[in-house]
Amino acid sequence: MSHVAATVAGTSAATRRRVAMVRIAIIALILVGWEALSLSGLLFRDVVPSLTAIGRAIARLFANADFYANLGITVGEIGIGLLIGGVCGLATGILLGANRFLSRAYESLIYYLGPTPKIIFFPVMIMWFGVGSGSKIAMGAVSCFFPIAISAASGMRQIDRVLILVGKSFRATTWQMVSKIYLPAMRAPVINGVRLGLGVAIIGTLLAETKLSNRGMGYLIIQAYSTFDMPRMYALLIVLFVIAIGANALIGRMSGSDATRGSS
Amino acid sequence: MSETMSGAQRTGWLSPIAGSRLGARLIGAATALALIGLVELAIRGGIINRFIVPLPSEILRAIPRIIVEENVLHRFWQTTQEMLWASLLLAGVGIPLGALLHRVRILRLACETWVGALAAAPIVLMYPLFLVIFGRSATTIVMIGFAAGLAPVILKTLEGLAGTRQVLLDVGRSFKLTPSQQFWKILLPAALPSVFVGLKLGLVFAMINIVGVEFLINFGGLGQLINELAERYDLPGTYGAICFVILSSVVFFDSAERLERFLRPGE
Repeated sequence: MSHVAATVAGTSAATRRRVAMVRIAIIALILVGWEALSLSGLLFRDVVPSLTAIGRAIARLFANADFYANLGITVGEIGIGLLIGGVCGLATGILLGANRFLSRAYESLIYYLGPTPKIIFFPVMIMWFGVGSGSKIAMGAVSCFFPIAISAASGMRQIDRVLILVGKSFRATTWQMVSKIYLPAMRAPVINGVRLGLGVAIIGTLLAETKLSNRGMGYLIIQAYSTFDMPRMYALLIVLFVIAIGANALIGRMSGSDATRGSS
Repeated sequence: MSETMSGAQRTGWLSPIAGSRLGARLIGAATALALIGLVELAIRGGIINRFIVPLPSEILRAIPRIIVEENVLHRFWQTTQEMLWASLLLAGVGIPLGALLHRVRILRLACETWVGALAAAPIVLMYPLFLVIFGRSATTIVMIGFAAGLAPVILKTLEGLAGTRQVLLDVGRSFKLTPSQQFWKILLPAALPSVFVGLKLGLVFAMINIVGVEFLINFGGLGQLINELAERYDLPGTYGAICFVILSSVVFFDSAERLERFLRPGE
């Protein structure tokens, strides 16, 4: 995205105005098209609710205390999952990145298991951790473990050898090496890994909630589907998308600013 | 990296084997097998509850059973068909959209960040919406796979076209090629490696989402198989089916990697 930002920054004010106009035009076109489709009756009634109905549903959602309770549960599950998966992934990545033998022996297992659809492990997680929050946290942890481990291993290999030698010449302990040398030096790839991990942890946790749960945002979505409350379902999806994209952009910005600081 | 260099040396008696790539991989596989053996012993010894984790030997015995009784090959073909349709849609829509964004600069400036945001969006969560629109059918699964894989195809196509060397474009201009000829003879061939990377990424995303939605809506091929076996509480079968899906995705991912290397021999 950085080259896009640079391209946009380099363009003239007139171009920026044109870009803004095009964006507004596209948004307007989508909204008008949506409303027209809603009124046309081409799709089943209520499948494409009117924009006002969706707007009202969003307002009702924000005025509902249940929404915040369920959002809190989902955020908690994702947070704990990310913490567990992140710490395990980071430790694994550091080990694999620091040792060529371990990397050759085990990294391919992680590399190939990474793209496996993690939701297929959900029946196993239910057996191990029950139908409550435990299985959802486990899904989040399993989902985010792989991108964080792979990013950390790659980041570990990119650390300047001089930094490691400096740490060793100071006779730093393993913990000091990790906290003073490795982690600060591999901040950007680790943050990128966390960014990827957060995205898949959100998906893993919410899909698990849609499959089997009686609370959380995933449950609310599937409940709206079951009762065919389409405006509410759209409202929930919009809120979730905004949260997910916002969290991703926030971590991405942290990574970008860190990289800039590191390079200056 | 000194630590890296000393990694193999530290393994002592294993050094001659561990020093080679193949040796290290064999040790990795042996460790995995040893772990499976330990789990078998732990279950037989009553340390792990066999009603939660079935014996690995039972899982191994269940695999031929699920292949025959659960018609795994037919299910595999169903998932493959969904993948094929999704990949056709990805190539047929994603590449032209990438080309359009490249051709119309103002559109690119306006939309590229949006497409990037789309790549970060949890699209698979929209599956209940797709269920309402397309019904509980293969179309829903294909459309989710397509939507999930679209962003990387567009972005990589755009990146490939934008990265075409200026000298090639100048050669095209000196031959007075029409815009269409410039695209087909210069831009597209130069962008192909990047386009293939985008397609590979798109297909991996599509596959993850296709199997995931099959599992969630209990319809289709391999994902549905896992769901059905889990609902029947056929634990060895469930674990066996999960192993089969993992194996399929590893084979798919590895084939995609090899195809990419074959198509980009110089890189």
